[in-house]
Amino acid sequence: MSADTETEAPEAADGEAEEAEPRDEAREELRDRFAAELGDAVVDSHIAVGHTLWVRVTAEAWATAALVARDHLNCRWFDFLSAIDWLPSPYGRYEDDGLTPPEPIDQTIVTGYAGGDTRFQVFGHLVDVVDHHDIVLKADVPDDTLTVPTWTGAFDGANWHEREAREMFGINFEGHPGLRNIYLPTGFEGHPLRKDFPLISRIVKPWPGIVDVEPMPAVEEPEDDGDAGSTEDAS
Amino acid sequence: MTAALDREQARYIAAQAADARINFEIETEGMTLNMGPQHPATHGTLRIVAKLDAEQVVSAEPIAGYMHRGYEKLSEVRTYPQVTTLINRIDWLGSFANEVPFILAAERLMDIEAPPRAQWIRTALFEMSRIANLVLFAGDTGLQLGGQTAAFYGFRDREHVLNQIEAVTGGRFHPNFDRIGGLKDDLPKGWIAETKTAMAKVRDFCDEIDDLVTGNEIFQARNRGIGVIPADVALSYGLSGANLRGSGVDWDLRRDAPCGLVHPELDWKVYTHPDGDCFSRWWIRIQEIREATRMVDQCLDGLPSGPIMAKVPRIIKVPAGEAYVETENPLGAMGYYVVSKGDLGPFRVKIRSASFNNVSVLSWVLRGVYVPDIVAILSSLYFILGDIDR
Repeated sequence: MSADTETEAPEAADGEAEEAEPRDEAREELRDRFAAELGDAVVDSHIAVGHTLWVRVTAEAWATAALVARDHLNCRWFDFLSAIDWLPSPYGRYEDDGLTPPEPIDQTIVTGYAGGDTRFQVFGHLVDVVDHHDIVLKADVPDDTLTVPTWTGAFDGANWHEREAREMFGINFEGHPGLRNIYLPTGFEGHPLRKDFPLISRIVKPWPGIVDVEPMPAVEEPEDDGDAGSTEDAS
Repeated sequence: MTAALDREQARYIAAQAADARINFEIETEGMTLNMGPQHPATHGTLRIVAKLDAEQVVSAEPIAGYMHRGYEKLSEVRTYPQVTTLINRIDWLGSFANEVPFILAAERLMDIEAPPRAQWIRTALFEMSRIANLVLFAGDTGLQLGGQTAAFYGFRDREHVLNQIEAVTGGRFHPNFDRIGGLKDDLPKGWIAETKTAMAKVRDFCDEIDDLVTGNEIFQARNRGIGVIPADVALSYGLSGANLRGSGVDWDLRRDAPCGLVHPELDWKVYTHPDGDCFSRWWIRIQEIREATRMVDQCLDGLPSGPIMAKVPRIIKVPAGEAYVETENPLGAMGYYVVSKGDLGPFRVKIRSASFNNVSVLSWVLRGVYVPDIVAILSSLYFILGDIDR
């Protein structure tokens, strides 16, 4: 590395740029080991340097990915499994005071780290308790079937987490021994953590925070910044 | 009525009874025992439906959900500072510890760090909430197994810690004290000396409870070899905290994956126990109280001076991104997976609470145990209902 930068001047700038962008070699190595085992099923990955590794796999390989992480990366501690609905809520943040017309809500789906093509994603976290590394696995849930393979074959603890994800998001886990509700009463209609499921309490009674306190200072912030110097002098 | 008819009838009844008895011997129907939702061993409203064969549990199913408050959904319509009010109420015995991982996740997304003094005070309060939580565990387990005295000791000595927490935060159970970028206030005057006295009292409590409960023959008989969870089962179910270390797995997030708290700078020890039974879980928690008092003492000795708030904007907007922060809370690993879209509030918060995983192992571990052991196992796994249902 240093030899290259000494011999060729133009690449020296590149070398500096690389140094400026911190890298996480341990997590890159982990990602490469995982990808080598799983092959084409790995779609994308993301590394938060020094913190977390995200790997997105295809929905078909979701269960295999857990087994690979358990057996080849030694991530034997099951932390959690959950899902996310990337559709922005059509209800906004329920902070309409009824006086100002609500702003139109942009409902385009923007997914997070390691990308995504569907509305729903499942994600889970697995940890190696011996060598102290961990991995967050993600998978797109197909929009038409809303079904991914179960993790219960790899981790017993996934049982309850998948039951929770099923009732809250309506995602099916193929091969799960019994997807009964945990929190909701039997026969409950709808999936509460979906973004298009309204938060009933806010509809019945508007959020009191919007009426009885001073207006959010966010509105005044740009003005403050504009004449920040003069206010500081005055005070 | 003639005597003959009487005899006839008596024979008929005897035959019926004999038939019934034979049937009973051949196929025992068993019985279903319903514990809860209101049972003192469940710290709230967990219901356990156990199918029994005489005194033995054939299968057991824990049923949660009587206290689900929907914090994940509510978090989506609140701003970041408002969320801490909610998550205080997840594990209500160690509330301050609930706030820490969420605040750390938000700080990681905003790429700010609390000043050193705030980190040290945070760690001290974090460990104090562990003490408040586990002291009650020690008392409560004694109570579950029939020893009233331990419970009184537990409630008495928890006060010392709660008073100190209240002196700083103003709240005994719901401090709501942690802020993005630091803490709400600095320590009050004279607090450090008082806290050290309180820590000494807690250490005395540990000695007392060791004398009273740990060495007790009945207690040992009810806990040794009961509810054994092997290490691979514990890992597969995602148990954490003393439940995992009680199965011999040497894994403590404070030491192995520290994030934002000052545990790596303190001198302390992680305890594990190879047995995996109720007694090992109990023993580890008692040692953890002792270690926590030592940690609090060290935090107070090493407390750096300086500000307690980093420079944060008045309106907190967290940049888009995802962060998962997990800390070793009193009940086990607690993590928040925060997804932000650059808004005033989070887009999605996944709350990984320790008790949810810890209780999911019940249907495995209760299979084959005797009825009185159910209570011993429940109290040794130690869960808070708010931590299961969220």
